[in-house]
Amino acid sequence: MSFAHLISVIGDNAIAGVLGIPLISILVLAFLPSYRAAAALNIAASFGSLIAALALFGADPFANDLFLIDSFNIYMIALNCFVAFTTSVFSASYIEHELETGRLTPPLMRFYHAMYQAMIGAMNLAFVSNDVGLMWVGVEIATLVTVMMVGLYRTPAAIEAAWKYFILGSVGIALAFFGTILVYLAAQGTLGEGLPALAWTRLQAAAGHFDPSLLSLAFVFFLVGYGTKVGIAPLHAWLPDAHAEGPTPISAVLSGLLLNVAMYALLRFKMILSANTEALHPGPIMITMGLASLFFAAFMLYKQQDIKRFFAYSSIEHMGIITFAFGMGGPLANLAGLMQMTMHSLTKSGIFFTVGHIAQAKNSQRFDDLRGLSVSHPHLAWGLAMGVIAICGLPPFGVFTSEFYVLSSAFDKAPFLTLLLALGLLIAFGAMLMRLQDVLFGTPSAVNHRDTASHIPLFVHFSLVLLAGVYLPKPLLHWFQQTAALLP
Amino acid sequence: MTNLTFDISHFLAGGMLVLSFVILYQDRLSSLLNTFAMQATVLAAAVAWQAQVQHAPHLYVTAVIALVFKAAIIPAALRRIMVKLGIHREIEPVVGVGVTLLAGVGLAALSILLLYPVTADAQAFTREDLAFALAVVLLGLLTMITRHNAISQIIGFMSLENGLVLAATGANGMPLVVEISVAFSILIAFLIFGIFVFRMRERFDTVDIHALDRFRKGRA
Repeated sequence: MSFAHLISVIGDNAIAGVLGIPLISILVLAFLPSYRAAAALNIAASFGSLIAALALFGADPFANDLFLIDSFNIYMIALNCFVAFTTSVFSASYIEHELETGRLTPPLMRFYHAMYQAMIGAMNLAFVSNDVGLMWVGVEIATLVTVMMVGLYRTPAAIEAAWKYFILGSVGIALAFFGTILVYLAAQGTLGEGLPALAWTRLQAAAGHFDPSLLSLAFVFFLVGYGTKVGIAPLHAWLPDAHAEGPTPISAVLSGLLLNVAMYALLRFKMILSANTEALHPGPIMITMGLASLFFAAFMLYKQQDIKRFFAYSSIEHMGIITFAFGMGGPLANLAGLMQMTMHSLTKSGIFFTVGHIAQAKNSQRFDDLRGLSVSHPHLAWGLAMGVIAICGLPPFGVFTSEFYVLSSAFDKAPFLTLLLALGLLIAFGAMLMRLQDVLFGTPSAVNHRDTASHIPLFVHFSLVLLAGVYLPKPLLHWFQQTAALLP
Repeated sequence: MTNLTFDISHFLAGGMLVLSFVILYQDRLSSLLNTFAMQATVLAAAVAWQAQVQHAPHLYVTAVIALVFKAAIIPAALRRIMVKLGIHREIEPVVGVGVTLLAGVGLAALSILLLYPVTADAQAFTREDLAFALAVVLLGLLTMITRHNAISQIIGFMSLENGLVLAATGANGMPLVVEISVAFSILIAFLIFGIFVFRMRERFDTVDIHALDRFRKGRA
C-alpha cells in the first residue's frame, strides 16, 4: 500500500473521527469523577479531533445526501478543531482556579467537560453535513449546549444572560427551520421528494430551476435565523451578555467558532441563491447589515465597562466586516472575508484567553479594577497588547492583511461604502486604544493574585496571526483562492 | 385528492390557528396550559391525517410524539412545576388584549399574503397548510413577546414549535431526520427551560421576567 493511498484511506474515514471522538468522550466525561483526569481527557479528545480534522486534507472530496467534504469545509473543520484544542488547554488551567475560588464545583465540572465535547461535535456536524436539515440540527445542538454553559455559574447575571440567549437563539433557530422547509418546497419539484431535495450540492446544481420568489423568501428566513447566531446588528442582543457571563473558555469558543458556524450556513445558502439568476441578490442586504453592525459595535465599544463585554462588541464589529466582505462578493472580497474569518477566530480566542487570565488575576472583569497590568503582570500585559494591536488591524499582524484586502476589493466596486467601512474601523480603533492604555498603565489596582496559568495557548495564537501577517504560506494562500472561487 | 381530504386538513390546521389566538389572551396559567395541550392534540390529529393522505407511515411517529409528549407529558410536568412553585392559581395580567389580538390578526394576514404568491407552483394543499403554519409560528412569537412570565414564554415557544411541525409535515416527503430532530429539540428545550425556571425561582423568588429587568437596572 503506497503512502498516498494510505493517506486517502485515513482521510475518507476522518468524518467518523471528527464526529465520533467528541461523541465517545461526552459519554466518558459525563461519568468521570476526577476533574483533573477529565481536563486531561478533554485535551486528549480535542487533540484527537484535530488530528482527524487534519487527516481530512488527505481525503478525496466527496458528497452523498448527508455528508459533504470540499475544500471549504475541510478548512473550517480544521480551524474549528484547532481552536477547540488550544481552548481545551487553556480551559484546564482556567478551571483549576475556578475550583479553588469555589465558583465551580466538581459535579459542575463533569457537566462542563461533557458539554464542551458536545459543543465541538455539534459544530463539526454542522460543517460536514450536506443536508440542510442536518446542519440545522448541528447548529441547534451547539446553541442549546452553549446556553447551558453560559448559565453555568448560576449567578443572577449568568441566568439572565442564558435566558436572553436562549429565547433569542431558539427563536432564530425556529425561523431558520422554517427557511429550511421553504428550501425543501422550492427544491421538491425539481429534485423529487426525500433526502436529495435537501442536499446542498444538489440544490446548488439545480438552483436555476427553482421558483425564485420561494427561494428569496427562504433566504430571508435564513438570514434572520442564522443571522441571529452570527450576531449581526440588529439581531445581536444576546451576544454581549452571553460572552460576559459564561466561563471564559466558552466566550473564546463562542466568538472564535460558533459565530463562524452560523456564517458558514449563510454562505452555503448564498451559493444556492446566486445559482438562480432571478432570485433576490443577497449582496446589498448583507452589506447594509455588515456596515450597521460595524458602526453600532464601534460606538458601543466606548460605553463598555466590562472587559469581556468590550471584546464581545468587538466580535460584532468583526462579524460585520466579514458580512460586508461576503456581501461584496467576487474572488478578492471572498478571499478577504475568508481570511478575516480565520484571523478573527485566532485573534479573538487568543484575546479571550488573555482576558480570562487577567480576570482571574485581578478578580474582576471591570476596567476600573484592571489598571497597571504592565507593572503587576507583565506577561499578560504583553499578551493583551499583542491581541489588541492585532484585532485593531495594525501591521504586521494578519488582521491587517485581511482588512486591507477587504478595503481594497471593496474600493473597486463601491468607493463610498469603502470610506464608510474605513471610518467604522477607525472609530473602533480609537476605543481599543483608549481601553488598552487604561488597562496597561497607571498604578496597579489593589487586588493582584499571582497568575500561574499557562500562557502557551495565547502566544501560540498570536504568533500564528503574526506569522500570517508577515508571510502567508503558499498552500494556505492557494486554499484561500480556491475556496474564494467556490463562493459567489 | 378529494375535496374531503382537503377540507379535513384545512379544518385541522385552521383549528390550530384558532387555538393560537386563544393562547394569546389567556390570563390564567392553568387555562393557558390547557389551551396549549389542546393545540398539541389538534396538531397530532393534523399530522396523523397527513400521514394517512400522503401514505407516509413514518409521520404517524411524529403524530404519536405530539400526542404523548406535547399534549400529555409536558403539560403534566409544567403543572407540577406550577404547583410546586405555588403559582398555579396566579393570574397574569395580559397587557392590551385588544391590541395583541389585532396584531395577531395582522400577522395571520401577513403570512397568507406572504406565502400565497410565492407558492403558486406548490399543491393547494401544501400552500394553505404552510400559510396556517407560518401564522401559528408568528402568533407563538407574539405570545413570547407579550408575556412576562417564564412559564408563559415556554408555552409560547412550544406553540411556535407546533407551527413548525405542522409546516414540516405539510411538505410532502420531508425527510424523517428533520422531524425526529424537532421532537428531540423540544425535549431538550423543555429540560433546559425546567432548569432555568427552578434556578430563577431560587435566585429571584419569582418567575416573573421583570425581576431580571430590575436586576439589570440595579447593575447598570
